[in-house]
Amino acid sequence: MTENAMKTFLTTSALAMGLATGATAEGSLSIYHWFEYMPQELLDKFAREYDVEVTMDTYDSNEALLASLKAGRLGSYDVAVPGDYMVKILAQEGMLDTFTPEEMTNLGNVEDRWMDVDFDPGRQSSIPYQWGTTSYAVNRDVYDGPIDSLGVIFEPPEELAGRINVLDTSGETLTLASLYLGIPQCTPDRDQLKALNALVIGAKPAWASFGSDVAKDVLVSGDAAAGMIWSGFSAKARAEGANVEYAFPKEGVIVWMDNVALLRDAPNRDNAIKFMNFLLEPENAAAVTNYAAYTSGVTGTEPYLEPEIANSPESNPPENVKTAFVEACPQEVQVLYDAIWTNLKK
Amino acid sequence: MAGVAPPGTGTGSGIYRGNGPRLMLPVWAFIGIFLVLPVLLMAVYSFLTKEFRGGVIWDPTLAAYDKFFLDRGLFGDEPPVIEWTYIGIFWRSIWQAGLATLFCLVIGFPTAWFIATRDVRTRSAWLFLVTIPYWVNLLIRTVSMKFLIRDTGPLNEFLLWTGVVDGPLGLVNTNLAVQIGLFYSYLPFMVLPIYAAVERYDFALSEAAADLYAGAWTTLRLVILPVVRPGIVAGCILVFVPSLGAFLAPDLLGGAKTFMIGSLIEEQFKGAAGNWPFGAAASMILLSIVLGVLLLYARSQAKGAR
Repeated sequence: MTENAMKTFLTTSALAMGLATGATAEGSLSIYHWFEYMPQELLDKFAREYDVEVTMDTYDSNEALLASLKAGRLGSYDVAVPGDYMVKILAQEGMLDTFTPEEMTNLGNVEDRWMDVDFDPGRQSSIPYQWGTTSYAVNRDVYDGPIDSLGVIFEPPEELAGRINVLDTSGETLTLASLYLGIPQCTPDRDQLKALNALVIGAKPAWASFGSDVAKDVLVSGDAAAGMIWSGFSAKARAEGANVEYAFPKEGVIVWMDNVALLRDAPNRDNAIKFMNFLLEPENAAAVTNYAAYTSGVTGTEPYLEPEIANSPESNPPENVKTAFVEACPQEVQVLYDAIWTNLKK
Repeated sequence: MAGVAPPGTGTGSGIYRGNGPRLMLPVWAFIGIFLVLPVLLMAVYSFLTKEFRGGVIWDPTLAAYDKFFLDRGLFGDEPPVIEWTYIGIFWRSIWQAGLATLFCLVIGFPTAWFIATRDVRTRSAWLFLVTIPYWVNLLIRTVSMKFLIRDTGPLNEFLLWTGVVDGPLGLVNTNLAVQIGLFYSYLPFMVLPIYAAVERYDFALSEAAADLYAGAWTTLRLVILPVVRPGIVAGCILVFVPSLGAFLAPDLLGGAKTFMIGSLIEEQFKGAAGNWPFGAAASMILLSIVLGVLLLYARSQAKGAR
């Protein structure tokens, strides 16, 4: 629980007020989305163009989305925005509906490389929302050393000790640690897991805090001088005045894609399809990118992008950077990673 | 209270005669739906098998309690020894809540005393001041506290300006910051019950004690404290119990570096672990601890009444 609950509260209140006038709308659409990821103007635009009453709830991690759907919210939302591996899990859990290419008339706008993805082969249940990377950023006013390695986080230099924020999700933090050690994800190998455990335990004294939704704020406020962070959050931190530089370390970065997925038992399936087509319009995809500072996965957005977003160093990684998607581990391996995480925070 | 029936339950109260059980129905329904049912559900879940990534399988097991109390090594193949991880997390939370309670008592008692000894007309104004922060959501108050005490915040700027310190305090992300947050969150819960007790205190008793050559300390210890004790105990419970499950202050002010009871349970339902039975079991153990504290209180009350 975090500062974003406050943001959620404010957004929801604003929504409620904004929609008070839309009581006569044709239909409704219920969105379950990440926090601070959808520009209000775009929702208003959709509501206006299609005469649909839009409501949105937010969550702060893929796991929180899954937990909420499992706890009985399936059937109350039309679309959600799971990350790549979570699309696969939701499909395995039978929580997704499928659409036909005829329904998704704008599917042709999806960039080729994001069409036949392994978490949703052929795009039957989801469309690209935004993609980006997870790495770390440093405050250049505090630290002017090299940032070519994940060692800055896991075996930090003296200037940064005690001034580092790490993401409070085991998936991303342990995956970056695995990249640093050069061990595969979801490994059941004892020695590799022991090394992973030792690495994070050893690094912890140099970490000031664990926080995901505050990852940007701690850099802007100066509470942290370096932090694991999502690429768009780093760009936004700079836009808000922090002198941060985003790292593309030699060991690699996490790459991820968030996807708008059609949920099973969607109460307003038709409007959900309209909304997904709406988001595949280059102009609208660009509006999300301009807000969130990631990259859309939709072709033809260039004319609508703000230059500082399109040209941000975060969105233009060097050519040879290594990337890895977070993998969903099988149960018998996942318990080992859970144990390492608990051990880290006990 | 013994011997005095609450109004409406007496046998002689005309229209209520014989309707007692029926009139109590809404109350029982309320308690049943909002208290008994959720706790029962949690109790049942704690004895079920976990489903991968959240959810339960209806197959009874003690696995959740086994995980809490017994350590079988990272790979589950070592002989079981006592698992200190979760006991340690609970102990840290209890210690933290106890400390917060103590701080609240040390500041809250004089505050309550001060208010209760003001002129009758100004007392309500003082009480009003104590409760004003409560009109604001706890989350927003906690975030505001972080803004105040962070290294770039007004408190630090002020201390640097006055020259009291020559570098940033480094308060945020420490246990002290968590203590400040808990103290700030729950202080009124201590002040109000103590105030209620002190207000009823008959100051003639203090005068009598002085007449009998009791010093200030002796009067406090032997005359005042026994009289206002119920208020103190109530205040301690009202601060201790919510502090025990608090996760806002540890997360926002303490940097979420270590699990507290609240965040450990949250992780089981919202985090990657997705272990609902274990979360339920931890909740049941927490509930038992709280009930234990309340029973101790009830016993001390019974003793005091004798």
